[in-house]
Amino acid sequence: MTWRSPLALVRDALRGQRAREKDLRNLASNLPYEGLEKAKQPNCYFPGNAIKTTKYTLLLFIPMNLFEQFHRLANIYFVGLAILNFVPVVSAFQPGVALIPICVILSLTALKDALEDFRRYQSDRKLNNTPCFIYSRKEQQFIKRHWKDVRVGDFVKVVCNEIVPADLLLLHTSDPNGVCHIETSNLDGETNLKQRKMMSGVCISDLTVQRMFLTFSCCREKPNKEKVGAGIESLLLRGCTVRNTDHAVGFVVYAGHETKAMLNNKGPRYKRSKLERKLNTDVIFCVILLFTMCLIGALGHFLWLQALPGVPPYLVPDGNGHLDSPSLSGFYMFFTMIILSAILIPISLYVSIELVRIGQIFFITNDIDLHDEGTDSRVQCKALNITEDLGQIEYIFSDKTGTLTENKMVFRRCSIMGTEYAHKENAIRLAVLDVPVSEEEVILNQQPRPPRIGWSLDTEDSNPEDKWHHHDNRRKSKVTGNAQSDAAFSSLLEAEVIPDRKLLQQISRAESSSSSRNIDPYLDFFLGLAICNTVVVSMATARRQRVSGFSRSDQTSSPLDTLSSLVKKSGSLQHIFPSWQHKPKKNRTISEDSVEEEDHVKPPVKIEGSGDTNKLRTCSLHTPSQSAMTPDNLSYEAESPDEAALVYAAKAYGFTLLARTPECVTVRLPSGEDLVFEVLDTLTFDYNRKRMSVLVRHPITKEYVLYTKGADHAIMELLGTPYTEYLSGKQKNIAANTQHHLDCYAKEGLRTLCFTKKVVSDKAYESWSVNRQRALAAIDNREELVMDTAVQLETDLSLLGATGIEDRLQESVPETIMALREAGIQVWVLTGDKTETAVNIGYACRLLEEEDLVINMSCGNKFACTSMLDCTLEEVRRYSEDPRNVDTTQNISLVIDGRTLTMALSSDLQKRFVDLAKRCRTVLCCRVTPLQKSRVVTVVREQLNVMTLAVGDGANDVSMIQAANVGIGISGQEGMQAVMASDFAISRFKHLKKLLLVHGHWCYTRLANMLIYFFYKNVAYVNLLFWHQFLCGFSGSAMIDYWLMIFFNLFFTSVPPIMFGIMDKDVSAEMLLGVPELYRTGQGAGEYTFTTFWISMLDAFYQSLVCFFIPYLAYRDSDIDVFTFGTPLNTISFFTILLHLSIEIKAWTVVHWVIMLGSVALYFIVTLAYSAICVTCNPPSNPYWILQRQMADPMFYLLCIITTVVALLPRYMFHVLRNSIAPSPLVKARHLDRLDPSTRDQCMKEWRSFRGIAHVRPFRLSTPPSPTLETPVDIHPHSSATSDIMWDERHH
Amino acid sequence: MVKEEQELANRPDNTAFTQQRLPAWQPMLSAGIVIPGFVLIGLAFIGIGVALFVTSRSIQVLELDYTGVGQNSPCYKCTYPNVSNCVCDLDFSIDSLFKGTVFFYYGLSNYFQNFRKYGVSKDDVQLSGDLTNFKSPSDTCSPYVYDSNNQPIVPCGSIANSMFNDTFQLFQKINGTKTLVPFDGKGIAWWTDYNIKYRNPSVTPLKNAFNSTVKPIFWSKPAYDLDISDPANNGFINQNFLVWMRRAALPNFRKLYGRIDEGVYAQGLPAGNYSLAIAYNYPVLSFDGRKKVVFSNVSWMGGKNEFLGIAYLVIGSLCILMSIVMLIVYAKFKFPEED
Repeated sequence: MTWRSPLALVRDALRGQRAREKDLRNLASNLPYEGLEKAKQPNCYFPGNAIKTTKYTLLLFIPMNLFEQFHRLANIYFVGLAILNFVPVVSAFQPGVALIPICVILSLTALKDALEDFRRYQSDRKLNNTPCFIYSRKEQQFIKRHWKDVRVGDFVKVVCNEIVPADLLLLHTSDPNGVCHIETSNLDGETNLKQRKMMSGVCISDLTVQRMFLTFSCCREKPNKEKVGAGIESLLLRGCTVRNTDHAVGFVVYAGHETKAMLNNKGPRYKRSKLERKLNTDVIFCVILLFTMCLIGALGHFLWLQALPGVPPYLVPDGNGHLDSPSLSGFYMFFTMIILSAILIPISLYVSIELVRIGQIFFITNDIDLHDEGTDSRVQCKALNITEDLGQIEYIFSDKTGTLTENKMVFRRCSIMGTEYAHKENAIRLAVLDVPVSEEEVILNQQPRPPRIGWSLDTEDSNPEDKWHHHDNRRKSKVTGNAQSDAAFSSLLEAEVIPDRKLLQQISRAESSSSSRNIDPYLDFFLGLAICNTVVVSMATARRQRVSGFSRSDQTSSPLDTLSSLVKKSGSLQHIFPSWQHKPKKNRTISEDSVEEEDHVKPPVKIEGSGDTNKLRTCSLHTPSQSAMTPDNLSYEAESPDEAALVYAAKAYGFTLLARTPECVTVRLPSGEDLVFEVLDTLTFDYNRKRMSVLVRHPITKEYVLYTKGADHAIMELLGTPYTEYLSGKQKNIAANTQHHLDCYAKEGLRTLCFTKKVVSDKAYESWSVNRQRALAAIDNREELVMDTAVQLETDLSLLGATGIEDRLQESVPETIMALREAGIQVWVLTGDKTETAVNIGYACRLLEEEDLVINMSCGNKFACTSMLDCTLEEVRRYSEDPRNVDTTQNISLVIDGRTLTMALSSDLQKRFVDLAKRCRTVLCCRVTPLQKSRVVTVVREQLNVMTLAVGDGANDVSMIQAANVGIGISGQEGMQAVMASDFAISRFKHLKKLLLVHGHWCYTRLANMLIYFFYKNVAYVNLLFWHQFLCGFSGSAMIDYWLMIFFNLFFTSVPPIMFGIMDKDVSAEMLLGVPELYRTGQGAGEYTFTTFWISMLDAFYQSLVCFFIPYLAYRDSDIDVFTFGTPLNTISFFTILLHLSIEIKAWTVVHWVIMLGSVALYFIVTLAYSAICVTCNPPSNPYWILQRQMADPMFYLLCIITTVVALLPRYMFHVLRNSIAPSPLVKARHLDRLDPSTRDQCMKEWRSFRGIAHVRPFRLSTPPSPTLETPVDIHPHSSATSDIMWDERHH
Repeated sequence: MVKEEQELANRPDNTAFTQQRLPAWQPMLSAGIVIPGFVLIGLAFIGIGVALFVTSRSIQVLELDYTGVGQNSPCYKCTYPNVSNCVCDLDFSIDSLFKGTVFFYYGLSNYFQNFRKYGVSKDDVQLSGDLTNFKSPSDTCSPYVYDSNNQPIVPCGSIANSMFNDTFQLFQKINGTKTLVPFDGKGIAWWTDYNIKYRNPSVTPLKNAFNSTVKPIFWSKPAYDLDISDPANNGFINQNFLVWMRRAALPNFRKLYGRIDEGVYAQGLPAGNYSLAIAYNYPVLSFDGRKKVVFSNVSWMGGKNEFLGIAYLVIGSLCILMSIVMLIVYAKFKFPEED
């Protein structure tokens, strides 16, 4: 390093700063400068790729950590006290001694922080040392380096299944089409493949790569600005995994902390639980109490001094032999008292709470009932400090798709050109699949299964046996293939579609009759199905291996493991093969594909072969040119499961999507002909438009065709002239018929989509295309402009048909909802689906009951909405005030659609809406946007002041999850975004039941009781010192050795409450699940209330009084000395506090006994040892041999016994009498718990049914809905009428 | 099955501990169950209470205030200011034999030995015989560290300085002649204080250790002169000094002065007239204090204290009472499941 003038250094630094700050960054390739010293390189101002997420450095750990810790007010308070103790006039103890507790607390916390930081350091180091390939000019090839060596301006090669080390601009890929497939599961958890294009304009072959490297330089925008310009589709973000592409070369534009992944990586979120908020007010109460006590002390000292007639020998003057005036002494005494009773503010409270939560989370995550076998995932606790909120939930807001339902889409029915095709066979097959699959079947599938006759097909195009094997395969793959996440949505269930016979005939007729130039709407419909999507085609064989992610380093499965699992799988499938026979039939030509492609099974030989040759780096490219491409081994990866289901449906009818690249889509027609459509544009889905379109150029007709699919209301508004040319007779009815079918589908609970086609004229396309390009190139408002162009094109659509897709309910959803409702939790469903779909699902999952009164709110304008709200509210109010039906008010349900919801949530109607919703048993919000979801949650949370929980699985639930008090993500089919935003992540909806009813209840009662106990403990102990002040002239003297006081809090009595907070079990899990009503104890104010807090405070006062004054009376007028008097006090207090806890502990396990007895043993051992060792230490106390002497005195024991008994008698009696006279449900439950299981179940049932009757009692409206009422209040079964009204209103 | 388990690597352990299914004892606090417990406790407590009460009753105590507040009090004359070396005789009579070994205490009222600053004011190291702390006593003794000539005070501090210095001699008056009833002052302090905690410097004669130090300001004689007759009761290990240094917990206290266990008096003080000669030195009226002497015999439970016995009796009967109450409660509110 040569010497450089400081001026030059400053100049360079400034320039570097400018280079980084500029909106556009000019980057040059590093290659020409290779070997130069760092300062001379053009990109030296940009940070390297090494990352550092640690908070501290080794040298600065102590000051930085202390600084962090002093952000906590309590710590400052305690240090302040310790410092106060160094001021001689007010010091209560030896100066240094007061520092001990705070030092212990600080060092404990520091130790924890250090461990955490060390873990971060280790993971950073591991990540920084991950190998990667960087191009070197000297070597003329890519050489192996580490991630940390990557710098901006380097050229990096990423091979298949490797993680991208930095944000790369894609320059070259091995794919002839210039695309690179990536999986972003490390970033957002989405497991589907995404395509990235090479930089446009830079087209290079392998040979010219080197030359290009030398001259390449590029401009990039600053990171983390929304507008990444046109580059996003050619940017490989750090953390993505390259898939299905042999290798890709990119130019590093952002490295290290400037990468998108790191910028987005914000620390853990911090939520404060309800309990903690309440706790803080109680801490303030304690401070007030402390100040009161200190004031009393100060005043008392002043008065006591005033009353002295002379100067007694025990008053000690200061160094000059001069006594302070009583008022000054009183003033000093105030501070002395603060030091003395400082532990009234529980110093270890916060640390203890953290420990308790860690323990609670340990038990939650270890619950085997919350473990999902299917995905082998446990419940994840992401927020560490709101476990107890789970026990206080009053409102649950649930997403529908993927949360209540499986989100495994099955194509059920379709309507083409106004004709319905019911797909009965398909329905029958699904019905068979619905038969719960027991475990024995999984085991039994090793043996040949006798053919079962459950159903048959007229066409005989597949035999039942085959189907059963498919079934088995499905089960099998679910069990075996779960560790490596399979291709996202290509589960066999949706792949299996049995074509409708009528439709098949229709298609074949259409095909034969019309030449390929004239396209029949039936063919168009299926083309639309196949083309209008963003499904990526990959080989079923290219099993993806999950490479370790940023944070999940433990999941790396070695190639050997995966290989062995493959072999195992093939082995288990071998049994099936002998029975695997094709029975070619005459008319099987079309459906054969659909049958065959459904198994992942290939001859075992093939699997072994691929395993041997290219191990797991099998990344085959799928282009139509490749001969290996057969429909059999295709697998589709879609962003949403609906798309995959539709593509599979199209395939079942012979329209096989073979390949998709950004430029073209290849579809094989039933005739065997491959059509390659040029994709001109894809108008992607968004929540505002609720549709997507693909603009293609037909290879034969050369027409520009726009295929659009979307929600029916989004499409119906855009219909232009119907498809007139071909079916002139029907055209008028098509829209009406289709709408009718759509309504039917919705009523069945199917998800509906409409398909349309539009032929765009050349001219129109030209002009639109210019606009589009402009919009895409725009820097400002880009998204808005792009959306506008999409809206421009999507007009005058002609309806082709509609599809109905089934999304089946998850298992035990109705039971879970019933249980949650019994637990006093209101369940709302917020969904983007149609009203009818949502209502239907509502009935299916017993959210709505047949006898419920369903209020359907849907209105077009605000005026209507206002009047409707008023009328309904009036009606409901009148109904609920009627004394005849007090108990039944709950059975009103509200269904509201997105548009009305927006109006209802506007500031002037908000109150009325909430008032109405409060009286409803359930609320279904349909067609809501993600933003509305979070708005609903926020409004309910704030207006009703209740604890809310939001549960969802998709990206559209993220805002709702974040808005709620507790956010729960379901790690389902739609990626991990919801999970990443959530506080807890579960894998099935049914887990919610145990999570809330059992763990929530436990966590809450445990922590609440622990907190109350904690406050009690400190007050009870400190007050001993306070009472002593009345007998020592308020001089701030202590009769207990200070070390023992510290030990008392830090060791003797600290572990039992923590154990109590982690392990106490008031009612068994079975009981809590069996009687969900028990959950209600935690709702609202719960157990930790103002009253319980002050009752325990009073108890603490009483107990301390007893603990002090009984020994005082016993030792009055005797020759007892100060610390000999203090020892039994300390011991009595110790036993009282421990036995108090014993009264509170509901279930004693071995751990409880060990810890309780251990604490007692610790107390005596430590105190005895301390008393034996400490001869002259720690003046002024003389602990030497005091406890030993006391323990030789029978009086000591007699005193301990009676005092403890007297102290605890009231609380004990209180418990006994309350439990006997007015037992709470919890006490009753605990009684039942003691019975033997069979009797208990019987009692549980009785209890539940007794309550249940009160809840589900049928009722009649006091007055039937008056016909004069303008609002469409309606009993639900007639909802078709309602929907008509809605439809009309929308169009007014 | 084995294969399946291997593959479910994330599956939690199915143990009683992790699944929170440890066998547990669930005590129910309800009337039906605690009644027998309460009866037992009540009976036991009443038993203990009776024993304590009876024992306490058997203890004889004789308390005599000698502060001299009243005009007719024998020590009134000593309360005049500027009286020194005042001796007053306190006459009293005992009706029946005072059994025992009789313990003789002096008692002080309204005297706050538990005052914080007072309690701090001593130097334990010095009192354990460390000569360096003879020369420079600990700051905690302030302001009784050095005298006006900057000589270190040994023993320093307020506690030592304020040592009680009245002395007592008891005479039995038989037919007009006074017979001295000897006090045994040995072993009235804690064994550990006398043998371990407090040590004289190992200098002989002891006086030399106190060279260039001064006695506490209020003391009439230096520490090495406390009991010249017995070197084992001199200096820091003087029993009366040790007793005083062990600060009383409460403002009204008594401290042991001596036992009457010699000769004819070993069986107790016979009935008769006695006279206590008091060297009245210690001023208490300035802070409204009182002085007294106490004769008492002790039992296994220490001195006379009826409180504990009564407490046991009261609580014991309360327990019985509550068990009756709960019997009623139980009869009225018992659970249907329990029968």
